[in-house]
Amino acid sequence: MITFMNNSDSEEEPCNERTSLMSAESPSVPSYQDGLQASEAGEVQAHRKRRTGSSRSPNNIADGEMSESGVPVRESTLENEEEELTLKYGAKHVIMLFVPVTLCMIVVVATIKSVRFYTEKNGQLIYTPFSEDTPSVGQRLLNSVLNTIIMISVIVVMTVFLVLLYKYRCYKFIHGWLILSSLMLLFLFTYIYLGEVLKTYNVAMDYPTLFLVIWNFGAVGMICIHWKGPLQLQQAYLIMISALMALVFIKYLPEWSAWVILGAISIYDLMAVLCPKGPLRMLVETAQERNEPIFPALIYSSAMMWTVGMAKPDTAARGPSQQTWDAAEDGRENHRSPSHGDSQMSETRSPVPTRPITSLEELEEEERGVKLGLGDFIFYSVLVGKAAATASGDWNTTLACFVAILIGLCLTLLLLAVFKKALPALPISITFGLVFYFSTDNLVRPFMDTLASHQLYI
Amino acid sequence: MGAAVFFGCAGIAFGPALALVLLTVAAEPLRVIVLVAGAFFWLVSLLLASLIWFISVHLSDREDAKLQYGLLIFGAAVSVLLQEAFRFAYFKLLKKADEGLATISEDGRSPISLRQMAYVSGLSFGIISGVFSVINILADSIGPGIVGIHGDSPYYFITSAFLTMALVLLHTFWGVIFFDACEKRHYWCLGLVVASHLLTSGLTFLNPWYEASLVPIFIITLCMGLWAFFTAGGSFRNILKCLSCKQEDHSRVMMYSALQVPFED
Repeated sequence: MITFMNNSDSEEEPCNERTSLMSAESPSVPSYQDGLQASEAGEVQAHRKRRTGSSRSPNNIADGEMSESGVPVRESTLENEEEELTLKYGAKHVIMLFVPVTLCMIVVVATIKSVRFYTEKNGQLIYTPFSEDTPSVGQRLLNSVLNTIIMISVIVVMTVFLVLLYKYRCYKFIHGWLILSSLMLLFLFTYIYLGEVLKTYNVAMDYPTLFLVIWNFGAVGMICIHWKGPLQLQQAYLIMISALMALVFIKYLPEWSAWVILGAISIYDLMAVLCPKGPLRMLVETAQERNEPIFPALIYSSAMMWTVGMAKPDTAARGPSQQTWDAAEDGRENHRSPSHGDSQMSETRSPVPTRPITSLEELEEEERGVKLGLGDFIFYSVLVGKAAATASGDWNTTLACFVAILIGLCLTLLLLAVFKKALPALPISITFGLVFYFSTDNLVRPFMDTLASHQLYI
Repeated sequence: MGAAVFFGCAGIAFGPALALVLLTVAAEPLRVIVLVAGAFFWLVSLLLASLIWFISVHLSDREDAKLQYGLLIFGAAVSVLLQEAFRFAYFKLLKKADEGLATISEDGRSPISLRQMAYVSGLSFGIISGVFSVINILADSIGPGIVGIHGDSPYYFITSAFLTMALVLLHTFWGVIFFDACEKRHYWCLGLVVASHLLTSGLTFLNPWYEASLVPIFIITLCMGLWAFFTAGGSFRNILKCLSCKQEDHSRVMMYSALQVPFED
């Protein structure tokens, strides 16, 4: 989900930085609705802020200085300028997403290549009960398809459950679920990861030190992710938990099932985002009706939110930006802190911007931020990690998948700028990734190996 | 073998590329996107070439070593031609993007010039080509082993690293020359670029006779470098001006207004 956030550029005012638990600061204007993508896969959402639409009403209420005749003219020019700015900032947004996605993939690939544990077969998740140790190819294919069907249905059921919970305002339940799953990720999975890394490098660590390290890591992580913290620390934690989750998937998903699941998840993502009766779309619409942000905690955000003390006319409301990602006990999570969102909202509805309408020009220089769902990070990393784990020691396949995913992300962002509505982040990247994986592994690898054995360069 | 060989060869192969990327590309988002997209185009061309080679190998007699070697040469030639074809396709795409960026920008000029895009695209082709050629060799060099135990050359790693460096630089220069030739419709330049690429690839067939392959390749690199320099608008005077670090222009601007920052084109 990509959200453009407009932040205040006012250095002279005291501003509090908050973490990316903020959703986009865009007001939800009825003429500009974004569908919400969510689900375990996570989506890409474009949410451009309509400054003209948003800034009009508070100005009329608060300032009373704007003349009605001046507004339409200004509106059209501002819209054009907004277009320009969206495209101008587009390249920056792409890079703001390239960097964390690359970092997550680097962590996953580095772990896969060095720590044996994550490539050993040690059982499977209960969501993929069918084993792939069958003698015939047809049976193996059938088993992997069945595994995929089970996994996807689990995901769908969880998403629907989440939507129902949200619809009937069971916020405390969701909040508790969220905290439990991030607790498990930050403590249990980190403990296992640290244990395996120490084993690989044959480093001895005593239990008191281990306890201290894990406790600090986990506690700071919980605070950063669910409450407040420096933006970069929160980003780092989100990247780390995405990498941990991806490693779990890489370890416990059997080979063929993993590829089929990746394909199926991107198809599901596409349908859930673009079909009108999808659970995620309903989730978004409900959130927009209630005018509150949804699930801020499982979204990677790349920009800061300036909340208290802003005297901007357009800080009226927050548009929803959403990333749902259903999690089972195994660590997929639903994160949401609507109470958090509510408190943010009350702060930013601070009254009376006393500046005249010329402050609208200042809005053009504001920082825009981008958000991407953590599920996207996870599935990108699963693809690249699987390529690193199973491509017969070949680095070319890993690199080809990496470039394919980045290009898919770039194309998705381009489509976002063109269509200006919520789009799923998975389909294009995963399709490119899968195509490049299979073709590089089967076609390019023998070619390059043969060339290298004769020391030929092309 | 071991870490020394790995780091040394990696430094030789990718040192210039890394420096170029860090100094010229990493700071600008648009250039990074052009870099990654260029890598993608090169990968697609490699995919197609591998497909053609794969089909030809499977349709032929596997036992005949000479035939297989011939098919390899054929595959390499097809790959070179496809790379250049995709470079042309990338040129077309970037030209369109340039026009698009120019129309939507405030002052009618696109934030990145076609020359810069030519350079970055050449660099991207070079980096991805170099990485695909040498990364597995580098990964093997970390582990234990004896190079050339079956009678091959013991200088395999270091020569591979130098060849990769030459290839990266060559692709960069070819990118600049190619785009300029397409812009100005100097088709003989295009032909020369393709021919030199084929020549370079052909020279590597002389490995392990490294005097005959490495030396001419580096001479070609140097010539291409000079050609690209003059194509991009460089001249002897520019070099002198750059080396002497004179601040004449700034002082002229300061005469008019001490507060104005000189507007750089």
